[in-house]
Amino acid sequence: MAEASTVALSPETVLAEMKKNAVSHIVWLPDSETNWLYLLMKAEPSLTLVGVSREGHACSIASGLAAGGARPMILIQNTGLQESGDSLRGWLLGMNVGVVIMVGYRGWTRHGVTTDTAATYTEPFINAYGLSYYLAENDADAPRISVAFEEAEKSKRPVVVLVGDEYHGFNR
Amino acid sequence: MMRIAEALAAFKPHRGDAIVVPGRGGRYWVELTDNEKMDVPLGDPAMGGHAGFALGLALAQPKRRVVLFDSEGDILMSLGMLTTIAEQAPANFYHFLLDNEVYATTGGQPVPNAKNVKYDRLALAAGYPRAQAFDKLDDFDRALPEILGRPGPVFVALKVYPEIENAPIGSRVRWNRRSRTQVIADLRGEIGIGS
Repeated sequence: MAEASTVALSPETVLAEMKKNAVSHIVWLPDSETNWLYLLMKAEPSLTLVGVSREGHACSIASGLAAGGARPMILIQNTGLQESGDSLRGWLLGMNVGVVIMVGYRGWTRHGVTTDTAATYTEPFINAYGLSYYLAENDADAPRISVAFEEAEKSKRPVVVLVGDEYHGFNR
Repeated sequence: MMRIAEALAAFKPHRGDAIVVPGRGGRYWVELTDNEKMDVPLGDPAMGGHAGFALGLALAQPKRRVVLFDSEGDILMSLGMLTTIAEQAPANFYHFLLDNEVYATTGGQPVPNAKNVKYDRLALAAGYPRAQAFDKLDDFDRALPEILGRPGPVFVALKVYPEIENAPIGSRVRWNRRSRTQVIADLRGEIGIGS
């Protein structure tokens, strides 16, 4: 387990980043990275979880939350990010919403051989929308989440954090 | 059936201090409103999202009533949103649906199964505690005090006449006098939150 804490992005670390950045609402659809994180978020009284059934819905909900003075964060998988294209365009970019989108990077191998097309198209998709993004693979990368929050707030644009830590860490 | 402007005019006396998201009824509502800064006419940022946006507003501002005029084309694109709204169950959320049975802004082609979808029943099946449907203006007018006098969420489907636009989008007259950025800035200023 000691090894896991050094190689994984632990759910406790992510929750701490959410609290540090005063997140009020998590708009999310579960993915294979986040079941342990779900239990932690559910137990955290400062967070309201807003579950969606299709990831594009998260964009319009986050847009309304931000307009009303809340501080949402979106938590989805890369498959869902790609599904969300028009909502991302209209409800986040078009409405100048500075929100962090934490994206489970399904298929990420970091070895240069990617067989899962969900991963193949992830970064080209993000680049097509001109979004800034950061990769977080382990706890040492966690400060990048705060960097993403700062950048989103300053630029009034969505900023992506790719979570390259599938099937361990978040999932245990 | 009723005209969209008639339905909105019937609602107007009951508005109080509610935030109004007029959706595709925006071009009629901007001519009726007497509290523009509490209105959120956005046009169409991306189809299917007005309900999500209004839900977000309602969750962020739980002490203020949020009234949405959605459309059936939008909600058909996001039926799952009904389950999210029902689960969150914001007591300050009033969800009206303008059902003209067509995609009016693209020339009036019918939405799928236009004549047969019971949107109020879809809302109830998704978990809304209350839902109603009206196709006569008088009935809607009489029911409004009760609809708005009780806690939400509530879903109210209204059959409206299609008012079809056929002009090319580039040559249509812009009905919204404010940019989306200005709309949000005005709202935030009015409800006392920072930029």
